[in-house]
Amino acid sequence: MSQQPILEIEKEIIEDFALFDSWEDKYEYIIDLGKKLPALEEEHKIADNKIKGCQSTVWLAASHEDGRVFFKADSDAVIVKGLVSMLIKVLSGHRPEEILEAKLDFIREIGMMTHLAQTRSNGLLSMIKQMKNYALAYQTIQGLEKK
Amino acid sequence: MTQIDSISLDLDLQAIRSQFPILSRTVNDKPLVYLDNAATSQKPQCVIDALSDYYGRYNANIHRGIHTLAEEATLAYEATRFAVQEFIGAASAEEIIFSRGTTEGINLVAYTWGRQHIKAGDEILISGMEHHSNIVPWQILCQEKNAVLKVIPVSEEGELSMEDYKSLLTEKTKLVSIVQVSNALGTVNPVKEMIDAAHAIGAKVLVDGAQSAVHLDIDVQALDCDFFAFSGHKVYAPTGIGVLYGKKELLESMPVFHGGGEMIKEVTFEQTTYNDLPYKYEAGTPNIADTIALKAALDYVQNIGKATIRKHENELLAYATAQLESIPGLSIIGKAKEKVSLVSFIVKGIHPQDIGILLDNLGIAVRTGHHCTQPLMKRFGIPGTVRASFALYNTKEEIDILIAGMHKSIKMLS
Repeated sequence: MSQQPILEIEKEIIEDFALFDSWEDKYEYIIDLGKKLPALEEEHKIADNKIKGCQSTVWLAASHEDGRVFFKADSDAVIVKGLVSMLIKVLSGHRPEEILEAKLDFIREIGMMTHLAQTRSNGLLSMIKQMKNYALAYQTIQGLEKK
Repeated sequence: MTQIDSISLDLDLQAIRSQFPILSRTVNDKPLVYLDNAATSQKPQCVIDALSDYYGRYNANIHRGIHTLAEEATLAYEATRFAVQEFIGAASAEEIIFSRGTTEGINLVAYTWGRQHIKAGDEILISGMEHHSNIVPWQILCQEKNAVLKVIPVSEEGELSMEDYKSLLTEKTKLVSIVQVSNALGTVNPVKEMIDAAHAIGAKVLVDGAQSAVHLDIDVQALDCDFFAFSGHKVYAPTGIGVLYGKKELLESMPVFHGGGEMIKEVTFEQTTYNDLPYKYEAGTPNIADTIALKAALDYVQNIGKATIRKHENELLAYATAQLESIPGLSIIGKAKEKVSLVSFIVKGIHPQDIGILLDNLGIAVRTGHHCTQPLMKRFGIPGTVRASFALYNTKEEIDILIAGMHKSIKMLS
């Protein structure tokens, strides 16, 4: 399976957002993404996968196969879930080192930094850190397997 | 003459709004509609001026200096104490302790009176609608002393039943710490009746006045409460200044809180004697500028008159309640018979945070979340609410903007 590079996916998202004329269009798109992201199976909605924000909650589950890391996530708030959906689109299916290197500049480019800055109100920033933690963990496992 | 007619009970809203510079700014290219007053109120120009006047003209450390600036600053600082005394109807200015805010005031009582009087098996009674600030200090104290924290249940309407309350008052109850106005529901609790019942069994009462001080007439002597705590920043004053009122005989008999300068009479390496009230509880250089500006805020409120403000805010509350109730799927959380100008609500199938984000894009500032009352949210089985809270400068037009914003947000999110 060949995966499109992270930067290319980010570029596509930035280009998509450039087409929106108003904040309404932008948010309607994010809300739509949130609604379309399949709900996380109940078996994954466990305490270990829960990233609790002050207002909304994010659940993040990770797995790895053939040297690639796969993410599934959910949130109880739909705008956060839409942003979560984009993060999965960008990061899921990549090699650990690619995930660790990702700067995720697209979040700033599409004007959504404000939602990351609100560290207390949603679990987004913690989610990104957690995605990188998983990547690091799988990278370590791979290293051990090679030995 | 001020611009405000203090005889008529009608506010000159245009004049009032022009006194709050922040209200003329835009947010996301739209005029700011500030409906988060229960979190903090905006500041009138006279309060901003008081701060800049102090720093620009007579900044000095107080009480100790003999130079002119120190004397001017001391006089202004102490003038606030008298203004607070009048604002809450205290018997003497010595009963007014300056704090950082309500939270510090409650903690002061927990750490001093609480540690002196609460023993194993004693009970402290709070309500199910307390802010975390009026839960956690007592929890810490109860854990330390093996005492018991008891909770008066909250009804579906968001009220406390006096029957429940009285059944929880026992000879073991040493303290009742109760919020006068709920920050999450707007409920006005019958604190006078509650204080009388607590006193009848010998318990002391602390009233959390964080939300009430700006809306209600406060008379601590008529209430007969033992302690009353409030924050300046919710009464149009700066952040970082609050007040703890305590009955003089209690404050005198309580141990000290923070040690340091200002609170001492004489220090030797062997022993320290403490200063008289209120300085006994004001260790270190206090928050001079904000304290001075607190007087400007209280004077501002008194000049307009709380009755006038209350009348206007009640109209806003009734209007907002009716308008919000007409929105399909919206439920108001907190339907007490007596409320201040604050409406908490949820919309079926929509997370409060999503509404808050979209309203912000429309320039509307509301609060979403649990409002630091997680046990209360749990009682209602919800993660949080959207809360619109109104101040003297809010208008019906702003409520119309909120309602239009709600319709738009719900449409986008459904």
